[in-house]
Amino acid sequence: MTGFATSIGDRARWRWLELVFWLAALACAFLFPSRLLLFNEIAILALFALSLDLILGYAGIVSLGHAAFYGLGAYTAGLLAKHGFGDPLLGLAAAGSVAALVGLATSFLVLRGSDLTKLMVTLGIALMLFELANRLDWLTGGADGLQGVAMGPVLGQFEFDLWGRTAFFYSLSVLFVLFYLARRLVNSPFGLSLRAVKGNALRAQAVGTPNAARLVAIYAVAAGYAGVAGALTAQTTQFVSLEVFDFHRSADVLLVLVIGGAGYLYGGLFGAIVFRFMQDWLAAITPQYWQFWVGLMLVTLVLVGHERLSRGILRAVASATGRFKR
Amino acid sequence: MTAALATDNLSKRFGGLIATDRVSLTLERGVRHALIGPNGAGKTTLINLLTGVLSASAGTVTLDGANVTALAPHQRVRRGLARTFQINQYFPGLTPLEAVALAVSERQGHGRRWWRPLGSDRAVIDEAAALLTRFRLGDALDTRTEILPYGKQRLLEIAIALASKPKVLLLDEPAAGVPEEERHEILAILEDLPADVTVLLIEHDMDLVFSFAQRVMVLVNGALFAEGSPVEIARDPRVRAVYLGEEQDG
Repeated sequence: MTGFATSIGDRARWRWLELVFWLAALACAFLFPSRLLLFNEIAILALFALSLDLILGYAGIVSLGHAAFYGLGAYTAGLLAKHGFGDPLLGLAAAGSVAALVGLATSFLVLRGSDLTKLMVTLGIALMLFELANRLDWLTGGADGLQGVAMGPVLGQFEFDLWGRTAFFYSLSVLFVLFYLARRLVNSPFGLSLRAVKGNALRAQAVGTPNAARLVAIYAVAAGYAGVAGALTAQTTQFVSLEVFDFHRSADVLLVLVIGGAGYLYGGLFGAIVFRFMQDWLAAITPQYWQFWVGLMLVTLVLVGHERLSRGILRAVASATGRFKR
Repeated sequence: MTAALATDNLSKRFGGLIATDRVSLTLERGVRHALIGPNGAGKTTLINLLTGVLSASAGTVTLDGANVTALAPHQRVRRGLARTFQINQYFPGLTPLEAVALAVSERQGHGRRWWRPLGSDRAVIDEAAALLTRFRLGDALDTRTEILPYGKQRLLEIAIALASKPKVLLLDEPAAGVPEEERHEILAILEDLPADVTVLLIEHDMDLVFSFAQRVMVLVNGALFAEGSPVEIARDPRVRAVYLGEEQDG
């Protein structure tokens, strides 16, 4: 019976194209040393989109308020650093934990009702946190933002620099480690049960899957990921503004995932790259109206369908290199 | 010896409608039971009460001597109560191998494991593959379930339920919609079910009921109307009047 596990085993195996992707990301730092601040932003956006992919792509949980966790992570890391705990990894751990705990606490509100209910509840939670951060200005700096975030060196060795060199390597490393963990997770029995619950909740409970418990768990994990993404922003820019909770941030990350495609982990990463470069490029061509093109692309993607578009583009590549998506 | 599954005055009301009316039934261990009844008799509601998809308005469900009335569906599955669905309930995007492997790993309590890849657990994969092969799905292990022929999907329904190693198996019209020339595959599988599994078959097809079941229960208007051996039920004039006669009239 040794031949049986091939398809299931294959899914978990690393493909050489994936290694190329990560090496290329690393190589960018040496090829384009002047763009490191942008690359850092992309790595963080990719982590944020990866977080959304875990709940949307794998568990079918829609959210319009994912910035809630991003913002919590940003303020947690920022406040820690401001008050003398400037170690970056400590900040990440704290930010991830706080966001995951709030994710756990709010999951019971989010995981009931229809998709519309979920959209509204997640949106509502993000709005409340935004105004809470605004109101608690003695703590957060309110509309002026959180000043005086003083970061220590990463691992006690690498000081953050003006060119974003440390920042990029730091963010890329964190992205890779969390991506690796997510990759293990989605290919495990736990990940399979998530896909089952997403596909047919009635059937999933009939094979003994505790649907609610699984969804709560992945929601908390994704919240923690988003918190780490927020913390990376706070630490690498050494500043936190109310904008971390902003609605457009929740909407952007959804857009990033739609561009890249949900449910295969790399979607958030590709989406972040495309989205950020497109933003730069379009803004350079039409500084005032660039969102028009983003809107057009969104409408096209959703109507024509991501599968069909990417299939057309990637067909030649895919046939030559073996399937990349699964 | 305690019954495999029993209900005591189990009732379900939807507003003014009484869908299940004080049903007290007993499934003896290892015995093949059938539940029949005209359309709208409340068979599906009763199944949903037994499995916990619906919560009872009154009465109790006892599984293997333990009161499970308050337990969620997945908890009842873990205690040995599995079911199939009248309408195919497959997992979109999952292969038959993945679907059965999921049921096996949930049974073993491994569903929470997130570190090791599913494929690395040989025992789970081999068990799932062996079960599917027994169901003549051996050549479709890695096929997307939604493109399987309908008859194969019906077989997969039963395979997934058996992967939970149930003590009690509820089969909701397993042959529904299966073309005549493929029915023998379903029948063969039913004949082949492990002897120690207690089975409750919900079925419209009288030939199937009378060839398969050792005990037959008749549900009418949500209440248990008659119960007995297939011969007794077939001879019962009241049953003929409400059910079999109706069937003949078409």
